[in-house]
Amino acid sequence: MTTGTGTGPDPVTINPLDPVTLERERRELQRSWSPGPGLWGWLTNVDHKSVAVRYIVTAFVFFLLGGIQAGLMRLQLARPENRLLGPDEYSQIFSTHGTTMMFLFAVPIVTAVGLYLVPLMIGTRNVAFPRLNLYGYYVYLIGGALLYTGLLLNTGPEAGWFSYVPLSGPEFSPGKRSDVYAQTVTFTEISALITSVEIIVTVFKQRAPGMSLNRIPLFVWAQLVAAFMIMFAMPWVATASMFLAMDRLVGTHLFNPAEGGDPLLWQHLFWFFGHPEVYIIFVPALGFVSSIVSGMTGRPIFGYPIMVVALVVTGFMSFGLWVHHMFATGIPQLSESFFSAMSMMIAIPTGVQIFCWTATIWSGRPRFRVPFLFVLGFVVVFIIGGFTGVMVASVPYDVQAHDTFFVVAHLHYVLLGGMVFPLFGAAYYWLPKVTGRMLDERLGRWHFWLFFIGVNLTFFPMHQLGLDGMTRRVYTYLPETGWGPLNLVASLGALTIAASVAVFLVNLVRSRRGGAPAGDDPWDGPTLEWATSSPPPPYNFHLLPTVRSRTPLWKRESDAPVVTGLRTDMREILVTTMLDAEPDNRMRLPEPTIWPLLAALATGVTFIALIFTPWGLPIGAVLITVAFIGWGWPSPKEHELQLREEREG
Amino acid sequence: MQFPGEHSAHGPAGPQALLLDRLGDLLYGIAAVVFVLVVTALLVAAFRRRPNGEGMDDPARERRMAMAVASAAGATVATLVAVLFLSFGSGKRLTGTPPPDAIQIRVTGRQWFWDVEYRDSLPSRWATTANEIHVPVGRPVVFQLRSTDVIHSFWVPNLGVKRDMIPGQETSIWFQADTPGVYRGQCAEFCGYQHAKMSFLVVAEPPDRFAVWLDRQRDTARTPTDSLARRGQEVFLASTCVMCHAIQGTPAGSRVGPNLTHLASRRTIAAGTLPNTRGHLAGWIIDPQQIKPGVRMPPNALAPDDLQALLAYLESLR
Repeated sequence: MTTGTGTGPDPVTINPLDPVTLERERRELQRSWSPGPGLWGWLTNVDHKSVAVRYIVTAFVFFLLGGIQAGLMRLQLARPENRLLGPDEYSQIFSTHGTTMMFLFAVPIVTAVGLYLVPLMIGTRNVAFPRLNLYGYYVYLIGGALLYTGLLLNTGPEAGWFSYVPLSGPEFSPGKRSDVYAQTVTFTEISALITSVEIIVTVFKQRAPGMSLNRIPLFVWAQLVAAFMIMFAMPWVATASMFLAMDRLVGTHLFNPAEGGDPLLWQHLFWFFGHPEVYIIFVPALGFVSSIVSGMTGRPIFGYPIMVVALVVTGFMSFGLWVHHMFATGIPQLSESFFSAMSMMIAIPTGVQIFCWTATIWSGRPRFRVPFLFVLGFVVVFIIGGFTGVMVASVPYDVQAHDTFFVVAHLHYVLLGGMVFPLFGAAYYWLPKVTGRMLDERLGRWHFWLFFIGVNLTFFPMHQLGLDGMTRRVYTYLPETGWGPLNLVASLGALTIAASVAVFLVNLVRSRRGGAPAGDDPWDGPTLEWATSSPPPPYNFHLLPTVRSRTPLWKRESDAPVVTGLRTDMREILVTTMLDAEPDNRMRLPEPTIWPLLAALATGVTFIALIFTPWGLPIGAVLITVAFIGWGWPSPKEHELQLREEREG
Repeated sequence: MQFPGEHSAHGPAGPQALLLDRLGDLLYGIAAVVFVLVVTALLVAAFRRRPNGEGMDDPARERRMAMAVASAAGATVATLVAVLFLSFGSGKRLTGTPPPDAIQIRVTGRQWFWDVEYRDSLPSRWATTANEIHVPVGRPVVFQLRSTDVIHSFWVPNLGVKRDMIPGQETSIWFQADTPGVYRGQCAEFCGYQHAKMSFLVVAEPPDRFAVWLDRQRDTARTPTDSLARRGQEVFLASTCVMCHAIQGTPAGSRVGPNLTHLASRRTIAAGTLPNTRGHLAGWIIDPQQIKPGVRMPPNALAPDDLQALLAYLESLR
């Protein structure tokens, strides 16, 4: 071990270590980075991989729950004047479906894939703030549990995931339904903000030596852009949900026109978050696609700089579109024109990326495995959503399409095409890394084709239904409208989607039980996550890698330097400079502790109490303060580590 | 189609709707062409036969691909700019100032019906109705839209109008119907339990028939002549009906529910939900919650004789 070199941060050397030392180091790393034993160890585990897997599993469960709600809606709408669901149940179900899919599934799962892969791709051992990361997960879990407890107690949200006032205000939504919605949103915003902080700091300060900004994988760029978008978008909806809670709890009248408030204020706040939100979901998925295309064609993505610029431009532009959700409110025409133009022009960066992928595929050697099929499906389905997006961006066209099933079709093409297809592709591509076992190829093809057919069967007819006069969020329709047949087709499509997801679940179980072993690098991938074992050890890499190109694993050199000199008897990581990733410093990451869980519980008590009484605030302030003091209090082990660090200089 | 009325964006009945329909057709055409081009390029890129020994990084090919990507991006920008200006052009033609001879109609969205007022310089000539809006063909109509509870949205697909009704502010929108017909409108913004059954009809008719209709609507309700209907009026005035409904010419003047002064002249009841027949009307009066769960109207347990009398009275309100 080459410690004791003082503070001079030059831990990069050519690997001189002999096998005995290596083995000892490996054992030490294992001991330092492993979670504690048993349930306690599980509850306190701050490993980014463990937290990310929990996020992914939880979010996937919410996806299934949201899917069941979608299925119920499709059953109800399968024929006119159906009596399966009444308007009250239908309102709660469609509101919970939207809230679940946007807040509890889409954003958490795409950022969680980042939490898992980003540290591996940039060659570090954990995220920058491991305890905060765990706290974020628990807060998210409490938020989701709140929503579903509410739904089971007949107190699910009833005014849509967009929850427009005054319908969600104290006068028209008595009871606690909209409060459950508002606090669920608050919880998930906290967790999303935490994830974004983790990603940004980890990417900027912990990259492997040599991974200058222009060598970061596109996946990581996408996560970084999305993280910045979260930081700027989420505070708006947290503000909005807090305002709503205040209107309902302490009578602030912020949205009450009779007292000088404004219902449109809610819409501006909500959509100023809500439109970037769509791109927060979509941009990480673009990163999935870039990784899969590159891995599956065996060549680097064509036009890397353009791809990065496209991601960044998408991030900026996505903040200039929100008013296109409000074209029917009677906003002055001149400002509508601006938002109309922005909404159309955001198609350019996405178009450019599709062209670059096409060029990559053209000049590469595509392998038609399941992840690649999902990429092809993504392009086909997503661009249909893109075209209808340009249409509804046109103010006059939107007059007809707005708030009809045309928009339902559009948004599902965009979100399923733009995010769920890449996500399934990512599952087939990266789950072997996570579990060490491959998913079955034949079942995967069934999954893909059923899903592709199901999505189109469900949502394509909805374009026609919308233009035929069927508005959104209706619990039933009259037989005389003639909307029955197309609705039936859509419902059959929903069944097909359900079948495809069932195939995926079977595939997951079978892979878990006896899937083919994956090995470290089943796809011959270009980026660092494939350089470690599957599943990766708690410390990610025994010898932290350095990189000299964007595709380090394709240009493996026998003399490639590795990072040595980091302590292995404590959780130490290498800090590098922001632009060029030159070794800069060493940092000890904190040990596991129960305090993130306790702090999350204190946060949960606070926000849930605030549904019922303003006293939640002072009580919660005390609880949270105590929790954070406990969090910062060094444990005996940490105290000893600190002393040792100081002694050794 | 009398019930439920025509309701398609593809059946334009006026210049605005026609403009939007044509814009839509153009956009679909452009989208279809671009879709075919992009998907073909993608599939060819994926499935093309690769000659043996084709290298991965041939600089000449990389340059050609750069040109191709740049041209495709240029074409994207050009197409989008063209679509944008097309859209601006249509928007400008759609939202000009209404001509001065336009008819003004004030529509108020309520949970879950539409209150319709034809105002006049003389307040005595105001007419109030609900859920059925008559307009003359060939003449511009301005809708002043408001709401007194939650946000609703006023949409008539065949006429190409949609505008939110937001409490605390009045918006207006104008259009013109050129083809006579019965067009169905629907609330487009989620407004609670009965958002699904909050419809209305727009009846576009020749100006002379419209004038006759409006004159009739301005009248107070006729006092019933036959004894059954007279008894029905007594039932109406003595029951809870008067707590919410108004019938001009009688003491009933509440504005909570739809105005019933000329109920029998309307084609539908329950905001476009049922054809206005005696049977439907009876069912609606006795148990509206069965037809529109959550609606503000309570069930009315009327004795059979009283119900028959009430129906006779309501059917006399022509």
